[in-house]
Order: sequence, then C-alpha cells, then structure tokens
Amino acid sequence: MKKKLNSILKYSFLIIVSIISVFPLYWMVSSATNTSVDVIHGRLIPGLHLFENFKTLTANQPLLGTSFINSFRNATIQTFLSLLVCSLAGYGFEIYHDKKKDRLMAILMFSMMVPFAATMIPLFQMVSEMKLIGTTIGFILPAISTPVMIMLFRQSARSFPYEIIEASRVDGLNEIQIFFRMFIPTMRSTYASATIVIFMNAWNSYLWPKIIMVTSESQTMPMLVANLIQAYVVDYGMVMLGVTICTLPAVIIFFLLQKSFAEGITGAVK
Amino acid sequence: MSGKKNMSLDRRHSLTGWLFLLPATVLLCWVSFYPMFKALILSFKTGIGQNMKWAGTANYERIFEDKVFQGTLFNNFLYLIIQVPIMLILALLLASLLNSRNLKFKGLFRTAIFLPCATSLVAYSIVFRSMFSLDGFVNSVLLNAGIITTKINWLTNTGSARAVIIIALIWRWTGYNMLFYLAGLQNIEGSIYEAARIDGAGPLKLLTKITVPILQPIILLTSIMSTIGTLQLFDESFNLTNGGPANSTMTMSHYIYKVSFLNTPKFGYAAAMSFVILIIVAVLSFVQMKKGDKR
Repeated sequence: MKKKLNSILKYSFLIIVSIISVFPLYWMVSSATNTSVDVIHGRLIPGLHLFENFKTLTANQPLLGTSFINSFRNATIQTFLSLLVCSLAGYGFEIYHDKKKDRLMAILMFSMMVPFAATMIPLFQMVSEMKLIGTTIGFILPAISTPVMIMLFRQSARSFPYEIIEASRVDGLNEIQIFFRMFIPTMRSTYASATIVIFMNAWNSYLWPKIIMVTSESQTMPMLVANLIQAYVVDYGMVMLGVTICTLPAVIIFFLLQKSFAEGITGAVK
Repeated sequence: MSGKKNMSLDRRHSLTGWLFLLPATVLLCWVSFYPMFKALILSFKTGIGQNMKWAGTANYERIFEDKVFQGTLFNNFLYLIIQVPIMLILALLLASLLNSRNLKFKGLFRTAIFLPCATSLVAYSIVFRSMFSLDGFVNSVLLNAGIITTKINWLTNTGSARAVIIIALIWRWTGYNMLFYLAGLQNIEGSIYEAARIDGAGPLKLLTKITVPILQPIILLTSIMSTIGTLQLFDESFNLTNGGPANSTMTMSHYIYKVSFLNTPKFGYAAAMSFVILIIVAVLSFVQMKKGDKR
C-alpha cells in the first residue's frame, strides 16, 4: 500500500515537471500558428495562421534568410574548428601527460573563471584593430579553444585503450595519424556530445555578436529575434514564429545526436 | 643501448605532445589571458577611444559611489542565493528519481526535462516575457480561472519581475544539471541501495547518506559552474525585463555592457567593474573548492 502510494507520488511529480518543462515550448510553437489576438486570449490549440505570420515576419525582418544563414555558417565553422583544436589538446594532455603539461592544464582551467565581461572590451578592440568586425572569424575567435571542451576530451581520452596506441605505433602509424585514424573514430560519442554543446553555444550566443556583428548583413538569428520585441505593439504570432525558427536548429541537432550525447557525458564524468 | 633509444623515443613523444597542445594553448592565451591583462591596465585609465590617460584608482573609487552598480551586484547575488540552491536540489531529486531501476518512460521524462536547455537564452527570455506580459498567457489563465480579478503587471513590479527571472532560470537550467547528476549516478552500483534498503533506510536517508556523498565532486562542479554562470547573466536581464523596472532586475554584465557600448563609452570604468566580477568569481570558486575538498 505504502509502496503504491510512493510510486503514484513519484510518477505524478515527474509528469508535472515534464509538463512544466515542455509547456513553454509547446506554447511557443502553437502561438506561431495563431493570430496575435488568439495568443492574447490564451488559445492553446494550433491554428491556421502560420503562413500569415511568416509573411508578416519576412515583411518585418527582410534579413531573416541572411540571418539564418549567418548563424548556421558561424555555428558550423565554430563547431568544426573547436572540435579539432580542443580534442587535439585534450588528447595531448592525457596521452602524453607529464608534470609540466598537468601544470599548464591547471593554468588553462583558470580561464574558466574569467568572466566574459572582463575580456569583452579588449577583445572588441583587438577584433576591430584586425578589421574583423562583422566577420565569421571575428565571431568564432574567442570561442574556438575553451577549457570545458579541453577537459571533456581529456577525460574521454582516459578511457581510450593504450594498447591501440602501441599497436598502431608497431604498425608504423605516426602520432598524428593515430589521433586521426584511431582516436576520432573510437570516440564518436564524445565528439557527438561536444558537437551538441558547441553548436548550441555558437547558435545561441548573443552578447558577443551584439558587440561585433554590427553590420546588418552580418546579423545573427538571436539578434533578429531580440529585435522583434522592440516594437511598441507586439504581434505575438509573428514573434513566436521568429522564436520558433531560432530554436529549431539547436533542437534538431539535439535530437539527432541525443543518444550519443548521454553516452558521451557518462564517459566524460567517469 | 635500448634504454637510450627508449629515452629519446619518450622525449620525442613528449615533444609531439606539446605540438598537440599548441593551437589550443596559444588561442586561449590570446583571447582570454591577454585580454584579461589588457582589461586590468584599462581599468586604471580614463578617456575615450585613443585618448586614454592614466587615472590611478579613480575607476575603482567610483564603484563605491555607484549606486546602480551596487544594485546590480545585489541582484546577481539575489539570483545566485535563491535560484542556484533550488535548481541544484531539484536537479538532484529528479536525477535520483530517474535513476530508479523499475521506472517506466525513463527516456521520455529525461528528454522532456532536458529540452529547455536546447532553447537559446534570447528565445526563452522572449517566451517568458510574452507569457508574463500584461496581456500574456499567465494573466489570461489566472483571470479565466477567477484567481485574480485584474491583470497583474508582472514585469513592471520589482518583486514579481525578479521572481519571473528566477523562475525562468530554474526552468532553463535544471535539466542541464540533472544530466550531470544522472551521469554520475550511473557509476553507483544498485547493490549499495539494495543493501541500505534491507537495513531499513528510507528514501530520504538513501539520498542524503549515499547519493549526495558519492556525487560530491559532481555537485561541486555544478555549483561552481552555476555560480560562474549566474554572476555573468546578461541575456535574461537584457531581453526578459530589459533591466527594469528602474534597474531593479539589471545584472552586472548588463550594466557593464551599457557603460561600454551605449551613450558615451567608458571603457576604463567598465573594465574596473568587470574586474570586480572576476575577483568575486575567483574567490567564490576558491571557497567552494576548499569546502568541497574537506568533505
């Protein structure tokens, strides 16, 4: 009897939390298909105004397509470069570790505590001196090498069997080849989880692009979405469609790589 | 002979190792440590653009008189003290519930609770702003249910605006932290729980006597990450409440951004304020690490 009550409590708690977690997202998507008036009146069922909202959105924000492509390009290039640079470092720190390298790692970890507010002004000055304002390189520069990603790859390299490295050396592969041909394919799930985290961070980043992507052609999706609510009278249907479009790519990437994500995180925390 | 050969091989490997670290290390020094150093110098200067001159500690003295900055500092700590503990306890509770072996729909619950983390900070700020606006969803539900008779202006009232930011933060980040705990819980063998249960330990005792001690390092990691994150809040303050009403929800980063890039840019003063954040973050992380090690 007590056991049954316990499990009812457990399930209802989980169901309530799940509903609260998903509801704002459901509201966002369903509002994107309704008129502003319906949204204000609390309509929760998807409507038929998706196309009208899209027309208003593109009329209101002619740079929607450009912004989407910008965000996608920036996030893809950042993901690729960051994966390469951070996994090389994580692998190096673990496989070739000695006292000096461990000390360097500790120093690099300290940069995790440096708040972005403390570096953003000098970074802005550096990027503008290099004439990289409004460019993809300027966008990705501060985020390619991050201590969290280096740590993730170092932890996962710990579970990479040393016998593979030794066998590959005997087979005549050099160290770089071992990394590319053995480590990367073996650590697919770590790369998948890192891809999710880096892509989401890049896609969602807001403060840095707000500072340097100042030309309208270089505008990113979060910047465009933030512009939508600046109007005096807010068209909720249109705003929610914009927000939905901005949210979609990260959610898709998450669902595509979700399975490996759980595995990757587990491996890293062990 | 062979020993000598091994040594040179080891040295060659060590050198190759440094090669692996080189790109990441150079980049990180270039975009993190070097700017930090430049910001420190900047914080002792005053002026605009190329016309910067030394100002001694004037910028730091100004912080002590700046009521707006002190207000934002208070806000950040308010968010930190209320939001982080609630979120971490909730995440831990959810993780231990999801970890029970005979739970059905495990994957479904996990995905649902993690989903908020996939939304961008700007996007969810706008969703919450819309839901809590005067003619938003929350008011219309409360009106229809007869709980309130007039619309509540959630975002223009200091107390409720802060509450909305805290609710939004908990919504966005609980699943993220839960994932770390879940990963850690997978290392705990089920037999430990079985044994404790046979000894007559209740659910609460299992949580406080087994789960929490074993997860100690991960709890430490998540609390340091949340502390750093909360002290750097920007998007929510900017897009959910725009710092209002009357700067009462504004965060430090939001204020630094305003001082740096709006109206007359005051880089020197902004850099000084950013160093205050740096020092607070460093001290808090250090304290947490010390406390976490002891236990």
